[in-house]
Amino acid sequence: MSRAGPPVSIRRRLVVQLALVAALLSVAFFFSLRVVAEGATEATQDNILAASATSIADAVYTDAGVVRVEIPYSALSMLGTVSEDRVFYRVIVNGETLTGYDDLPVPEGRRSRNQPLFATYGYRDDTFRAVVVSRALSVANQPRRVQVVVAQTRLGLAAISSRITTTATAIGVAFFLTATALSTLAAQNALSPLSRLAEAVARRGPKDLRPVTAETPTELAPLVGGLNGFIARLSAALTRSEDLIVEAAHRVRTPLATVRTQAEVMHLQMEKPHNRQALRQMIRAVDESSRSAGQLLDHAMVTLRSDQLETEEIDPGDLLRDAISRLSPTADLKDIAITLDLPQEALRVQGDPILLQNAVRNILDNAIKYSPADTEITVRLVPGPPCRLQVCDQGRGFAAEDIARLPDRFSRGTNVDDVIGSGLGLTIVRDVAQAHGGALEIGANPEGGGACVSLVLPSY
Amino acid sequence: MRLACLALLLSVAASLALAFELEESRSYPGTGPGHLRILSTADVDVFEPIIHAFQARHAVSITYDVASSAQVMIALYDEGAEYDLAISSAMDLQTKLANDGLAQTYSSDATALLPPWAKWRDQIFAFTQEPAVLVLNAAAFEALAVPTNREGLIALLRDHPEAFDGRIGTYDVRVSGAGYLFATQDSRNTESFWRMTEVMGRLNTQLFCCSSDMIDAVASGRLLLAYNVLGSYARARLADTPGVLVVEMDDFVSVMLRTALIPQTAKAPEAAGLMIDFLANMRLRPELVAQTGLPPVVSASGEDKGVIRPIRLGPGLLVFLDRMRRDTFLRSWVSSIKQD
Amino acid sequence: MRFLLVEDNADLARALTGRFAVEGHVVDHATCLGDAELATRTVAYDMILLDIMLPDGDGREFLRRHRAQDDPTPVIVLTARSEVSDRVGLLDLGADDYITKPFDFAELEARARAVMRRLGGSADNKKEFAGLIFDSNAGTITTGGRSERLRNREMRLLEVFFAAPGQIFSKSHLMDRLFSFSDDVSENAIEVYVGRLRRKLGETQAHIETVRGLGYRMVKRE
Repeated sequence: MSRAGPPVSIRRRLVVQLALVAALLSVAFFFSLRVVAEGATEATQDNILAASATSIADAVYTDAGVVRVEIPYSALSMLGTVSEDRVFYRVIVNGETLTGYDDLPVPEGRRSRNQPLFATYGYRDDTFRAVVVSRALSVANQPRRVQVVVAQTRLGLAAISSRITTTATAIGVAFFLTATALSTLAAQNALSPLSRLAEAVARRGPKDLRPVTAETPTELAPLVGGLNGFIARLSAALTRSEDLIVEAAHRVRTPLATVRTQAEVMHLQMEKPHNRQALRQMIRAVDESSRSAGQLLDHAMVTLRSDQLETEEIDPGDLLRDAISRLSPTADLKDIAITLDLPQEALRVQGDPILLQNAVRNILDNAIKYSPADTEITVRLVPGPPCRLQVCDQGRGFAAEDIARLPDRFSRGTNVDDVIGSGLGLTIVRDVAQAHGGALEIGANPEGGGACVSLVLPSY
Repeated sequence: MRLACLALLLSVAASLALAFELEESRSYPGTGPGHLRILSTADVDVFEPIIHAFQARHAVSITYDVASSAQVMIALYDEGAEYDLAISSAMDLQTKLANDGLAQTYSSDATALLPPWAKWRDQIFAFTQEPAVLVLNAAAFEALAVPTNREGLIALLRDHPEAFDGRIGTYDVRVSGAGYLFATQDSRNTESFWRMTEVMGRLNTQLFCCSSDMIDAVASGRLLLAYNVLGSYARARLADTPGVLVVEMDDFVSVMLRTALIPQTAKAPEAAGLMIDFLANMRLRPELVAQTGLPPVVSASGEDKGVIRPIRLGPGLLVFLDRMRRDTFLRSWVSSIKQD
Repeated sequence: MRFLLVEDNADLARALTGRFAVEGHVVDHATCLGDAELATRTVAYDMILLDIMLPDGDGREFLRRHRAQDDPTPVIVLTARSEVSDRVGLLDLGADDYITKPFDFAELEARARAVMRRLGGSADNKKEFAGLIFDSNAGTITTGGRSERLRNREMRLLEVFFAAPGQIFSKSHLMDRLFSFSDDVSENAIEVYVGRLRRKLGETQAHIETVRGLGYRMVKRE
């Protein structure tokens, strides 16, 4: 099963990749500088060693058939000019040590004739760079082979090498830091149009479906184009469905209103009980279908808005006052008295006012609908937090077995078949509550036979 | 009086366990723990003030053994004698000890302040710079022009053979390390060295082991002139030795550095290091400089300044230690200086 | 009361006009915004019932202009749209109330009454019979300076009798006025409200009389 990894930041990826490249370049630079510089210093040492050995070899002479050597002062002093390295030498004639250090090893290996041969070896607990220079000598017509070995420790080389390493490291690190800083800037710069675009889109309200006009680089043009195309299609689809809903509602509701009104008029004129009964059934059917349609539409709207809450600060007391003023004419028709019980202190909730109003109205509407005539409904704001917007009635209440499933879609109480209802009212309330991080609570009214329904909202 | 120093050499009770020969050995018990053993070419009289001043600060016991530079080399190079500090005026031999891995590395704040030419490999540390001078009998030169360079000296000797015959002194370079060092540096520095040696040889030049003997001889009038005498010794003697003139040549002056090193065999390298620090800071103690007559290392004076030719520490000094080169040099020298 | 009904659906308009007539109200009907504006300029209405979707424009436009002209005539909007999306906009534009189609006529009447009450009402809401003054807007009866407040159903019942004093109203007729079609009540329920009304009327000259087998009527007590 494939799983999406954690979200990846383009900027971070860009910076990391550029930094990696910079690091790679730094390291490559470091090593190449070291190789070149150390090669150069080693070559310098080799050259001096060869010059030293050659000048010694040149100082080999024969005196009355005896091979002698008078080592020039400069031959060894030149080795001490740059560094304080230890110096060893050995002059060999036909394998016999003429002078110098008997135990000094002779560099070995293939070489072209009369060319100095170099070697690096350990000697007297130290690492030495050594050279051997050969020279032919004729003594009493006998050919003699003279070898001059000069060896020097690599202290000076090591010092130079460490200086080079320090310099190379410093330059490499400086290069890396500069390159990384620059690549961070570059990435930021390159991605700033993207951030601007994201900001421009994120800043929009849920209903802002204008095309994106932020200035974007050519690379983002397809994205912006695609986005705008999508927005246009979405906008068209939304407009279409909104128009459709409105149109449908209008088309259906207006004839229904006609039918209902006509039925009412006829009902008033009818005398025979069975005719009146038929008309009443007709009116109730109209009411039922219109109410269902209304709640279905409301539910759809609530679902739509819940995805993109347009929250603002609301006084929950206002919500209750508002719902009461809207519904008290309906309650009056049944001589139902509504009392409002608000706390002293002002409360605030954060929410979508239209959704919350709808939810509160649904609760109160339910209470009025299921309350008998001449009863009381108490609307109460219980300060929290979380605060409770509570509506208690003296109606028939809920059957205990219904409470858990009531907020489900199209689920109605088992004891309310005689009342018109779609079963969506409490579903809407619950959805609104959940969209606001709250809950719907249903319980029995402790001060009477009825029910208490509460919309619980986080408050401060 | 030739090889006069040999008598002195034999008179010193040398430790039986040692094959090398000591000229003198002196102990300076300290109040604290630790024992610093020094093998030195410097006379006890010269070095004693330093030891006392050092002990005033560090309570270690000190054994101070005096030997010739050749014996110092034998002791340390061939026999591995256990010393904590080797002090020698023979820069070439000290260099060879360090080059061949017989010296320990040491560094401290005091050695860091030494000028670069006054140390090598952080193993050899110079603490005096001593010019080679000409010492003259003042009385004898009342009538003669004082030579100011080697050509002048040759001319003087040639012009007055009767006056100088048998009354010239110089180091026996076969015996004296300092003498060999000065002679080989002379041979490098001037074309007239061999001519001068031949002239001196014709005048039956007497050979000495040590500067002090030569100064004594000049002061007593047995010698009219001694060549390549350690200037520090000569100047130290001026006060109590009347009738002696000290002349620094104006063609060039070889300057020898007296150096110290810690041998690999050292048992108390820390104490030796303290002594090296003490010696390196000698210039800060004028009273000690006055007492010993040892001119301390001063940074500026080590540079080549016209006639002053400080002998450079480094592998160049190994050249004249080459056995064949030395052999050749000594043969030439002997044949020049001895023309019997 | 005189109503202006702005509604493009002729069937609904006819039905509503008939229904209003039953209640004794006068209704002028305008099928478009143009007619409506013409009507409001010539006649003073007690109430405007305004549909939103009209052939020559949006009812909300009419509402905006109506409010801009400082016309105090209350407006109740008859909407076919969803409550959630429209409500705020309508009230913000100056509608006094709104009702969603289809509606219970009783509810429309109740809302109209509530609006009138809120706005202060007019003098012709007060009727007098046998020394009893009945204010249908305030829902009070006054006799000899003594006022009594009526509940909603009592008031609506009294309204029927005040419309035609002396006339006999059948139980079913009274029930139609008092109960909605969703209330399944027996005809005897009307006796409860008649009983309450009689208690409120008490010793006044106005009396609700039972006419056995026919119904009730309001007569002056002899």
